[in-house]
Amino acid sequence: MPTCPGLPFTGSRTVIPSENTEKSMETHNIEERGLAPLLNIAHLTIHYGMVTALDQVSLTVDRGEIVVVLGPNGAGKSTLMGAIAGVHKPSAGEISLDAMPIPYGVPERVLRMGVALIPEGRSIFGALTVEENLRLGGSRVSRSDVSDGIEKAFTRFPVLAERRNQSAGTLSGGEQQQLAIARALMSSPAVVLYDEPSLGLAPKIVTQIFELITELRDEGVTTVLVEQNVHLALEIADYAYVLASGHVISHGYASELASIDLARLYMGNEVAE
Amino acid sequence: MLEFMQQLINGFSLGSIYAVLALGLAMVYSTLGILNFAYGELITIVGYTMYFATQAGAPFLLAAGLGITFAAIASLLMQLALFRPLRGASFVTLLFASFALSQALQGVFRQAISPRARGIAVPEIFSTFVTIGDIRIGFLTIATLIIALTSMGILAVFMRYSRSGLQMRAAAIDLTTTRLMGVRANRVILGAFAISGILAGIAGVLWMARTTQVTPTSGFTPILIAFIAVVLGGLGSIPGAVIGGYIFGVLEVFLQAYLPIGLVPFQFAMALIAVSVLLYLRPEGLMGKRIEEKV
Repeated sequence: MPTCPGLPFTGSRTVIPSENTEKSMETHNIEERGLAPLLNIAHLTIHYGMVTALDQVSLTVDRGEIVVVLGPNGAGKSTLMGAIAGVHKPSAGEISLDAMPIPYGVPERVLRMGVALIPEGRSIFGALTVEENLRLGGSRVSRSDVSDGIEKAFTRFPVLAERRNQSAGTLSGGEQQQLAIARALMSSPAVVLYDEPSLGLAPKIVTQIFELITELRDEGVTTVLVEQNVHLALEIADYAYVLASGHVISHGYASELASIDLARLYMGNEVAE
Repeated sequence: MLEFMQQLINGFSLGSIYAVLALGLAMVYSTLGILNFAYGELITIVGYTMYFATQAGAPFLLAAGLGITFAAIASLLMQLALFRPLRGASFVTLLFASFALSQALQGVFRQAISPRARGIAVPEIFSTFVTIGDIRIGFLTIATLIIALTSMGILAVFMRYSRSGLQMRAAAIDLTTTRLMGVRANRVILGAFAISGILAGIAGVLWMARTTQVTPTSGFTPILIAFIAVVLGGLGSIPGAVIGGYIFGVLEVFLQAYLPIGLVPFQFAMALIAVSVLLYLRPEGLMGKRIEEKV
């Protein structure tokens, strides 16, 4: 367990360092953030061979919320997202959606349960056309819903309509991120997981993407966001978790975390390691 | 010039069998990364099915249809009984498992049928010739070209326009991301094995119509050629497999036709030397990926 000696917010009501037991964290969440979270991750541990990528991570996401997961490189953020989407197998702990356990190793079933992951680097099929990428996103829905979904996507993202028959690899980074989001929406997911959507994008485009994420949340999409861009992320998030070396070292309402120097928090953890 | 044209047509005809063969091997490789060496035994299965069916009095076309059906079923069984339980195993593990299956099937053919060759009766029309202008071409040569091209055309349309075809193309680029779109991995993989089996079936019928006999090791040359064509075209590239098949077919026919008599016994070796030179110049194969397709 990493220790966080002398952190400025220790003892704050909403920002709880990880010395507190997992149980009390859960109790805290349930009391403060609604009775039944939509997404519940309890004591999740994941190993890659000998390396522990995640260690006893607990986290909850309420319906209609944007929850952001912050942390330095290698903290385990992408592993966490992959685990929620059913790609990584945990060695201990549980992930549940609406009280239903999420199965491991079958990401296609997790998508059918209503969780869509937009992986780091977007994972657009560059050799396929824009429209084919969207069609793939609608693999679990009926053919008529695919047509409707594509129409909706083209209304929301006019640039994709212009380029529908172009191969997706020719799109700019920002357009590819739009396509990745549009593709994820094709299955009308209840929860969308964004893994570093700002990666490699110009600041102006990042702002647009974040506006879009907020807009989708307002339409009812529950959102989990992994981000390096701390300030922007905390601006749109409702609640935030800070991950370092596979542990939740801090969590709290975004507005309260925003006043803390998170860089120092990461550093403090690294020193403690 | 006339002879050259004739040989070119012969080369394309043989090349289209090789292209269909290679396409079937490439379908499974591109989706799963498995080089299925038991693929050759699907050709043998077509041969024995046709042998027994024609022996029982079935007309050639019915025997051919049965052969294709059995090859497809056998291909699906290979996935269900061998490759699916080994999911997650390394490339080499899967390669050796497929070698083992290939040898086991050859043993079964030897024990259950006969180590000796069985002749397959083909219709007499196969040995007739068609004359177009001054060019005389075997009926079988033209029929092979038409059947192979039609089959590949149908496959191309299926892959391009159907939902399953799109899912298979995506799975070939990145299976995990495709699964994240909700596509069932097992379904796509079975689809790839089914298509692989049908292509082996069609290539097998064309092969048997040429060789008119089947032995327990009939599958060896076809799998070797399919492998050469797939590597030549670029491992993992579907169009590459087709192009590799055509190049190797034309190469074989031309070496046969134009090599000095004394060198004809070395025809296959020389074809392989030519392939080696091509691969030395382009290690990734003719259509191999130089740039990542996934962005």
